[in-house]
Amino acid sequence: MTFRDVRTPSAIAINLALAACSGSRDTFLIPGGPVAAAQRAEFFHIIGWTMIAILPVFVLVPLLLWRYRYRNEKARYTPDWERSSILESLMWGVPLIIVAVLSVQLYRTTHELDPTKTLASDNPPLRVQVVGLDWKWLFIYPDLGIATVNQLAFPENTSVALDLTTDTVMQSLLISSLAGQIYAMPGMRTRLHILAEAPGVFEGENTQFNGTGFPAQKFQAIAMTQEAFDAWIRNVKADGAPLTAEGYARLAQASTGAEARAEMGGAGGPVDAIHFSSVEGDLFGAILRRYTSGGAVPPAGQPGAVGYDPNARAGEQTQ
Amino acid sequence: MTDPIFGRLDLSSFAFVRAFDNPTVSELIGAGAAMAVVLGGLAVLVILTWFRLWAPLLRVWLTSVDHKRIGIMYCVLALVMLTRGVIEGVLMRTQQAFGLHGGFLTPDHFSELFSTHGTIMIFFVAMPFIAGVINYVLPLQIGARDMAFPVMNQISLGLTATGAALVMLSLVVGEFSTGGWANYPPYTGADFQPGPGPDYWIWSIVLAGIGTTLSGINFAVTIYKGRAPGMSFLRMPIFCWTVICASIIMIFALPPLTVAALMLAADRYLDFHFFTNDLGGNMMNYVNLFWLFGHPEVYLLIIPCYGMFSEIVPTFSGKRIYGYMSMVYATMAIAVLSFCVWLHHFFTMGQSANVNAAFGIASMAIAIPTGVKIYNWVATIFRGRIRMTVPMIYVVGFFYLFTVGGLTGVMLANPVISYQVHNTLFLVAHFHNVIIPGVLFGLLAAYHYWFPKAFGFRLHEGWGRRAALLWIAGFSFTFLPLYWLGLQGMPRRSVTFSDPSFQPFMWLAFFGAALILSALTCICIQLWVSIRQRDRLAAPLGDPWNGRSLEWSIPSPPPAYNFAVIPQVTQRDEFTDAKATGRAYAEPEAYEDIEMPNNTAIGLIVCVCATALGLALVFWIWWLAALSFCAMVAALIGRTFHTETTHIIPAAEIAADHRAWLARVGVAGAVNRLDETHERNAGLAIPERPARAEPAE
Repeated sequence: MTFRDVRTPSAIAINLALAACSGSRDTFLIPGGPVAAAQRAEFFHIIGWTMIAILPVFVLVPLLLWRYRYRNEKARYTPDWERSSILESLMWGVPLIIVAVLSVQLYRTTHELDPTKTLASDNPPLRVQVVGLDWKWLFIYPDLGIATVNQLAFPENTSVALDLTTDTVMQSLLISSLAGQIYAMPGMRTRLHILAEAPGVFEGENTQFNGTGFPAQKFQAIAMTQEAFDAWIRNVKADGAPLTAEGYARLAQASTGAEARAEMGGAGGPVDAIHFSSVEGDLFGAILRRYTSGGAVPPAGQPGAVGYDPNARAGEQTQ
Repeated sequence: MTDPIFGRLDLSSFAFVRAFDNPTVSELIGAGAAMAVVLGGLAVLVILTWFRLWAPLLRVWLTSVDHKRIGIMYCVLALVMLTRGVIEGVLMRTQQAFGLHGGFLTPDHFSELFSTHGTIMIFFVAMPFIAGVINYVLPLQIGARDMAFPVMNQISLGLTATGAALVMLSLVVGEFSTGGWANYPPYTGADFQPGPGPDYWIWSIVLAGIGTTLSGINFAVTIYKGRAPGMSFLRMPIFCWTVICASIIMIFALPPLTVAALMLAADRYLDFHFFTNDLGGNMMNYVNLFWLFGHPEVYLLIIPCYGMFSEIVPTFSGKRIYGYMSMVYATMAIAVLSFCVWLHHFFTMGQSANVNAAFGIASMAIAIPTGVKIYNWVATIFRGRIRMTVPMIYVVGFFYLFTVGGLTGVMLANPVISYQVHNTLFLVAHFHNVIIPGVLFGLLAAYHYWFPKAFGFRLHEGWGRRAALLWIAGFSFTFLPLYWLGLQGMPRRSVTFSDPSFQPFMWLAFFGAALILSALTCICIQLWVSIRQRDRLAAPLGDPWNGRSLEWSIPSPPPAYNFAVIPQVTQRDEFTDAKATGRAYAEPEAYEDIEMPNNTAIGLIVCVCATALGLALVFWIWWLAALSFCAMVAALIGRTFHTETTHIIPAAEIAADHRAWLARVGVAGAVNRLDETHERNAGLAIPERPARAEPAE
């Protein structure tokens, strides 16, 4: 992982301090890409501006409490004083100006960092379809014909377009060092773009509580050089099995990545990751459509539901 | 098919049976909690029977329509539930302190804990505590004899108690929802959680929510119609203004929650598809409805606490509140804005940047009136004469910690930051940071401040100080480390974690939780010690703090009719002026008969029937549901046939009581503020003025 914005001494100092405080570096405070870097800048920007409003309170309260303590007979006492035009205008005006400044900034950055926007890069963008399952993530690479569980590899300096949905309850995908989170919801597609500026491994996770396996729903987001990424694709194709409709139905059962790997079998990668050498049909589209077809989907056909039955599900067409 | 008599209730629903079959630590803790509920209930029954307290309890308390008694009962309910909520919080902190790859609670038990903790703390601690203080103080401050609708007030209390009872029962029978206090479907839908858990949540929220809506109507009408002559809106104490704003929120914000919960009930019971995954259901509608309630709700909690601080700061600074009009505008602005910001709870749902920016800016705008309020309180202590009593310690803790909460609130109002820290412990730290130093400190300060009014003796100062300092330290140690963990991306609601670098912060938070538990213990000891020393702490003459508003101008505890003669109000801070000009403690020219409402058992009947109804619905015991619902409706209709609903208190009796009190005031020694916490303070204050007169500014 490399650090962005290490040109100035203060940025270096902040990074060192942050790295020292935290053993983990999976935070936007140590950004791995432009979105997280901009989010961190916004974070410190807000702290700076709000301090104008906050510091006077912090400083004045103890001074006033001491100066006007009951036993201090020398202090002035004005029991009926209740208004001062100057103070009034400061009290309303200063917060108003701070909020106005921050609002302009907010409007600008909210549009700039709109997660649906492709990020600037010289390399062609990469598409990845993400399916949230109970307690693991399935990543489908539609243009490469492969899929993985709990491992999101992509080339550095490439805008990766993540299309998100879930085949169970609501979830939320966050890769803190790269970009913020977006919900994944059944029957709906949301979109998030990420870009890493240099090779590195970043932790990704679900942040929306979805049952007992929730804390285990983490994955690795791995930024690689283009050569390494090509090698990784060859690897996935070599050590993975095809992802069939029947296989997906079993994969979708409520289980953590490690449990799913034990059930499905798999080689290569971390113990909670699975590689698939091919994907049968338009799996992502089929998952999106199954809840919006107008027909009922009984619990036996909903992964994560009580009574989910992979065999009942396997008969469904994914074409 | 379920059993026609017992519905889906069977032996394995009982926590004891589950613990016997499967004696893990988690189940044993569950059974222990169930045991505490059962034994606690039994102990209450035994004590009531042993000391023959049933009749007085029923006659004096449970059937009372007196706003003061109802207010006290709300506060007792809140304190009992607070104890459970704090214990649950400490249990969760303990689990997470040992939660690196493990811990001692099962994930299901942990999820139940965070769901009940949130539900209890919001709906059955903060709301009843606030409703209790409002009930007690509001009519006294505006010079009224009771609420506008005393019987409805009792029914509101009954429905709130119903909700609390259902949450308590879920410890013993069945289990509570595991879907968090917001209970998002589809996770809480019938497909994913077919058990009784979410149903407990639904019915406790729906029944208590109806009670809260009724309370809001009651408070608002009381202020609009019940003010003493001369008490124009702009002469009301700030607390009353905050109650208007809070009641507007209660009336308009609670219905979306009730409706959303009922829609979820329709999904779960009647196979509707409002929020299911299939057949056109959409959980986004639930999320919108929930937060359409949920955001105004947090202001419903904090606004009355702003009002409490606005009474406490001027009193203990010996000064008028600075910027009365600013306070009124700011409070109203917050109440209105609170309805325009709900979307900031889900910036991450995928809507367009324009929508997010609009709601982000609206959310940040709330910081303006909130900042004005803080500055106004700071300006109020400027050139005052400040006594650092227990409520003022809470105020200082509030100034510092709440401001930090405001800072992180401005961060979370920004969609760009929210994308990162939403759903993490940063968010958990933020809302505890505003709710504990804001709402809870306000309520505990108010408890100390108005307690002598309600019971005629002050609370013990030393134990109060210990409690206040421990609350401040406990909060800081527990929640400030969570900000850091949230920035590191640790999701909320995680039973375990895998990053060893989180561990030291978890231990800090655990230490803080222990401090909070000791703070709560100090509150209990304080109450015990104060009751034991009530003769030394007595302040029956009614004005222990040199108070400024009307409630301090009457004896403590006040008579059932509050004011012997309804006061004529001439200005803000009426009682301060009355004391300064010698108008206070004057005998009125004439006393008149007072008509007061009769006691009734309707609230108690509604409470019992609604609890049976809720329990029956949770366990699908349809006959009991029908029976209890019909009984409740019949009781309400039956009540309308009562035509004699009031009684007359004769003028002679009032005159005798009032003259006796005035005579005691006449012979009592007034104290200055140095003796405020001394035995000499019997509740008669020497008005304080500057040594030399100041020119008016």
